[in-house]
Amino acid sequence: MNTTAAAPPVTTTAETAFRRPNYLNAAYGVRSWLLTRDHKRIAILYLISVTTFFAIGSLFALLIRLELLTPEGDLFQPDTYNRLFTMHGVVMVFFFLIPAIPAVLGNFLVPLMIGAKDLAFPKLNLASWYVYNLGGIFTLWAIIHGGVDTGWTFYTPFSTHYSNTYVIATALGIFINGFSTIFTGLNFIVTIHRMRAPGLTWFRLPLFIWATYATSVIIVLGTPVIAITLLLVAVEKTFHLGIFDPALGGDPVLFQHMFWFYSHPAVYIMILPAMGVESELIAAFARKRIVGYKVVAFASIAIAVLGFLVWGHHMFVAGESIYAATIFSVLSMLVAIPSAVKVFNWTATLYQGSISFQTPMLYALGFIGLFTLGGLTGVMVATLGFDVHVHDTYFVVAHFHYIMVGGTIMGYLGGLHYWWPKISGKLYPAFLSKLAALLVFVGFNLTFFPQFILGYLGMPRRYWSYPPEFQVLNVLSTAGASILGVGYLLPLCYFIWSMRYGKDSGDNPWGAVGLEWDTTSPPPTENFYTTPVVTHGPYEYNREEVHNRMSQEVTLG
Amino acid sequence: MRSSFPLFPDSASTHAGTVDAIFIIWSLVSIFFTALIAGLIVYFMARYRRRHSEEVGANEEVSVWLEIAWSVIPLAICLAMFVWGTRSFFDLYRPPADAVEYTAIGRQWMWKIQHPEGQREIDTLHVPVGQSIKMKLASEDVIHSFYIPAFRIKQDAVPGRYTSIWFRASKPGVYHLFCAEYCGAEHSRMIGSVIVMEPRDYQNWLAGGSAGKSMVASGGDLFQSLACVTCHRAGATGRLARGPALEGVFGSPVKLVDGRTVIADDNYVRESILNPTAKVVAGWDPVMPTFQGQVTEEQLSQLIAYVRSLGPIGSAPAGGTGGTPAGTTTADSPSAATTPQTAGPGAPQ
Repeated sequence: MNTTAAAPPVTTTAETAFRRPNYLNAAYGVRSWLLTRDHKRIAILYLISVTTFFAIGSLFALLIRLELLTPEGDLFQPDTYNRLFTMHGVVMVFFFLIPAIPAVLGNFLVPLMIGAKDLAFPKLNLASWYVYNLGGIFTLWAIIHGGVDTGWTFYTPFSTHYSNTYVIATALGIFINGFSTIFTGLNFIVTIHRMRAPGLTWFRLPLFIWATYATSVIIVLGTPVIAITLLLVAVEKTFHLGIFDPALGGDPVLFQHMFWFYSHPAVYIMILPAMGVESELIAAFARKRIVGYKVVAFASIAIAVLGFLVWGHHMFVAGESIYAATIFSVLSMLVAIPSAVKVFNWTATLYQGSISFQTPMLYALGFIGLFTLGGLTGVMVATLGFDVHVHDTYFVVAHFHYIMVGGTIMGYLGGLHYWWPKISGKLYPAFLSKLAALLVFVGFNLTFFPQFILGYLGMPRRYWSYPPEFQVLNVLSTAGASILGVGYLLPLCYFIWSMRYGKDSGDNPWGAVGLEWDTTSPPPTENFYTTPVVTHGPYEYNREEVHNRMSQEVTLG
Repeated sequence: MRSSFPLFPDSASTHAGTVDAIFIIWSLVSIFFTALIAGLIVYFMARYRRRHSEEVGANEEVSVWLEIAWSVIPLAICLAMFVWGTRSFFDLYRPPADAVEYTAIGRQWMWKIQHPEGQREIDTLHVPVGQSIKMKLASEDVIHSFYIPAFRIKQDAVPGRYTSIWFRASKPGVYHLFCAEYCGAEHSRMIGSVIVMEPRDYQNWLAGGSAGKSMVASGGDLFQSLACVTCHRAGATGRLARGPALEGVFGSPVKLVDGRTVIADDNYVRESILNPTAKVVAGWDPVMPTFQGQVTEEQLSQLIAYVRSLGPIGSAPAGGTGGTPAGTTTADSPSAATTPQTAGPGAPQ
């Protein structure tokens, strides 16, 4: 994008780049990090926290896959296994997938992309990180003391009257964590409304901002509902008030309604930001305006709105009225359409593009493939008669991992690889990072594709032991998970390595447009030397100024 | 004999074919779109590969018609599949008139099954080929889910209410019975077998077991021993008429004191036994004591089977009952089978 001026100019050589003042060398010491109000430093804090929780959640996943290598339950006791899959779900959903892209990439990029100096409420932003960790500590405390075995869905009356594990501590951890998400969402909404640079109209916003905005709206409207629901579970368990337990006059299915009223939109909290990242990556590596910019932007809003109206599709066989099920089925089909449209738009953007195959682009292409399959199986399970058979089987497990892992984590990793030079000012090894992207894609498919077949064969989810005819597919799945694990470990290693040993990236190694690339890498604390003025939309590659900077491009490796 | 490495499940009910057809069509659609997207990506990758570092993409927009096409075609496919899927779903909850009712009660961690003739089984279900069977489901503790993959059916058993689903087995054999809703430590051991037999073999099996009494007969005994009969007596008048007679009530509309009318289905009779003051029949005082804690889930379903068996009798029940047995006596109206109308919030003990 066009900025009025930038001093020092963005075309400094890599050599001098790091000596310039930036947010990383602005201050040193633990205190300067723990009390920072800089959105970029808070993003780094979040990066460390969510990576820790991702590692914990992955460890649980690894143990689950090891147990499922053999049909007999021979590695753990069944109640240990039940705790493992519960805590895998809790940690991954609430402490990784929901905060990952908004709190790390969103925090870092929202002010940069809209030409602002910081978020609207920097102290609230820092508070959100502390609240997140407080919630995390509650949950870790519960894990260390023996964990929780209700499944991440906490279905009543099992969670309220039959489980003797740490339900309340875990619920409290999620309850507290919800506030951190709300703080972040609120901050983004206000920032995007109030702090856009001069000339940056709504339809000149990058699509990542549109997606983040849609996500923030869901967060602010939906998160209180899960907080209320978990509070009611705690109240029922503590005071024996009949809310969800039929023995006390409550209704167990009411819990499912309340739980999914939040937790289905939560899926869109996870996937919408990844879609936003995807749009940025496709535009940058095809050097082309996203086809149907407004359609893609409004598709995010449509998904956010429709996403609130489909929760009942989790209860097709739970005793819900068949007429209600019909409505939820058709609405679930409708929410798939904006997602499908986005996929077509991204694909069409490649047409007549100038496509380069840097590491972030590999993740972006992988995202399209996995998200397409996840979305298609999503409309399959929205089909009523079909869902009756595959509900609560591995088919559903495979489907939502294609969306959450294949979609969200591919988007997250793609985004990290794309903006890493912006975050750190460093380059990571090209070959190794491409290898990691390939391992993630192959490992992912080997892990989760066999689970579609397992599910159609009828293997129920959350089974600690299973009939022997399911073994071959489970072995394939575990083998895939090992590859996937290596694929996830590699970026962790080379990102850390690059901070010390990586080559300086220069300001704009990809030759990309966007306000965040108009400043230095890493950016100064105040982001821009002068306030940028925007005169055109995002992704305008066919301009004179842009041509001049293309020659600056660095090829990794 | 099951293959050791199957890729497609056994099909053993009349419903399975429909689900398989939906699955195959959806799979073909998915393969087509995945291949289309992947093919286009690969083609564009090769064709529009960046040649030199200063190259940028063209600023072409696609035609509006193309954008409309890729919105409307997926929508049309989805809606067609929606209609098909919904029809097959409605079928599952509308058992044919000749369906026989079996009961399955879930508890941690077993399925207790009772045949109409009185046979009881645990984690095993014997059924004859070709007979429509309605499974009435209940739970004694947490939510379970009754799942027979070879029949492509599944339904949660929810504590505090009845749910149901029906099937007609089409192929003799032994198939899995799973609990599909996570229910605690031994969830994965809450599995059993469905044994589909030729009708003749099934009759032999029935005759061979120590059947005991049928559901209806056991319910009749309970009706006497729990003294239900003292108040709910057909043809009683005067002081003896303390409660409505139950002949012909099941399946017909009942007028309540608060003016509402409900269908006397499984869930209504269940609630009336466990929480009698919740929905009192118009014209009667709320004097019935609760039987919560005095009858087990199995006894409840026997009592209900008995009440259902009370067809309309020639002599109308005592005056004052609003539930005139004029209505039909079909075992279950389709909506009644699935409408979760009892066990709502409220009515604390």
